[in-house]
Amino acid sequence: MRSKPTLVWLQALTCNGNTQSLLSSNHTRFEQFLLAFDIIYHPSLTNTITLKEVVSSNSEIDFLLVEGAITSQTHFFSLSDMSVKTILQTLAQRASYIISVGSCAVFGGIHAKFEQNNDIQGVEKSLEHITPKSNHKIIHLTGCPVHPEWILQTLFTLKAKGVIQLDLHNRPVELYSHLAHHGCTRNEYFEWKVEAHDFGLKEGCLFYDQGCRGPMTHSSCNKILWNDVSSKTRVGMPCIGCTEFDFPRDNLFETKKNIGIPAEVPLGISKRAYLSITGVAKTFKIERLNKKIIDENS
Amino acid sequence: MSVKERKKTSIIENSLKLFSQKGFYNTTIPDIAKAMKMSVGNMYNYFASKEELAKCAIKYSTNVLALELREVNNLEISSKEKIFEFTRRYFTKVKENPEIIEYFLRVYLSNREVFSQGCEGFLCVGEFVTEVMILLEEGASKKEFRDQDFFAAFGMFMGSLGGFAFLSGEKVLEKDLMQYSDLIAENIYRALKYEE
Repeated sequence: MRSKPTLVWLQALTCNGNTQSLLSSNHTRFEQFLLAFDIIYHPSLTNTITLKEVVSSNSEIDFLLVEGAITSQTHFFSLSDMSVKTILQTLAQRASYIISVGSCAVFGGIHAKFEQNNDIQGVEKSLEHITPKSNHKIIHLTGCPVHPEWILQTLFTLKAKGVIQLDLHNRPVELYSHLAHHGCTRNEYFEWKVEAHDFGLKEGCLFYDQGCRGPMTHSSCNKILWNDVSSKTRVGMPCIGCTEFDFPRDNLFETKKNIGIPAEVPLGISKRAYLSITGVAKTFKIERLNKKIIDENS
Repeated sequence: MSVKERKKTSIIENSLKLFSQKGFYNTTIPDIAKAMKMSVGNMYNYFASKEELAKCAIKYSTNVLALELREVNNLEISSKEKIFEFTRRYFTKVKENPEIIEYFLRVYLSNREVFSQGCEGFLCVGEFVTEVMILLEEGASKKEFRDQDFFAAFGMFMGSLGGFAFLSGEKVLEKDLMQYSDLIAENIYRALKYEE
């Protein structure tokens, strides 16, 4: 690999969220990224060539990053008078590594739910039999959006080692083996089944009423913090399970319950075991956990 | 099960009968020792106090019911059929081992001060409550039962069964207890069933 590998970022059907995320990365890390990679094309960065020129060129691409879902239907979406599927297939044949950035690029995301176009897919399905020149599997970075550090870690690992270990869904194990629950600052409230009574509060667990998917979502959101300081759950917003393949689900801010009992329980735990522990924990009313952490009126 | 565990179980089974017949305060450790043909001193090798024995006895008796309900929960039948099946099993227990239910009604519910330390809330009856939760949640998830507050459903379910066991214990029923089984199960089901 070149000392400064080339990188092309293709935007397909997207809200631009993963680009926003990348541009919000830690500034030192972003500087390292700019210095370590030769960014041939990114629609939100200053480029010396157009997308059309990138497509018509024969030059090899070390890293092709794709943001957004893919469609062949030009009456819904086109770039430089081409379908994004055509662009993707053209670029992919020249790419050593392909990284799908975000849930839309991986499996279609919210766009795949658009019923008037049944031709919206993720990158891998759209590429059919085209494989990266390195023979490395297409790397899936699920998330809505993906944490910028997940993109950078993946790129730097591939640059240094040429390979990255993936899980069964072709996501980097280092980034997707943990649950969003791991490192959540509300875990004590989860243990003792103390609910949060509203969004944005410091106190209480968001799993019981607010729909938090932390205990069943593979992501390192509470391990690699957002903006280096926080996460959804830390500020009182439930995890909406955006790294999982059923995203987006209905009623994101509501815990589905049957006769007051959660329909889904934490990953890998039987309902019987979970309900047993819950019943015991709820028996005890821990005064400290039912008060404000910082009470300005006291 | 070790010899000591078997002995402890035997003591619990005997104490359940005595407690449920004579009441908690009217039953003494010497009474239980006598029923066990054991010395009073030896009894204390198994249970440190009458209160400790009482707490073990409530766990034991509700676990008998929890095992029955777990078996029913694991059957490949509808939630409605599960209610009918468990009601039959519950009333069978009331007839064959009345001390199991009598102890719950006449000792556990009536002498809360004995159980206030160590058996708070669902602590000593947790396994049974868990099985009720599983029965209700499964029924609601399959839309056989309507969605409602857990305690409203739980109270109705256990209240019906416990109340009827009490009537049986008071010997006021006109017919054999088992003849009421499907009637009670039907009432429970109607209170739970899903409505469009």
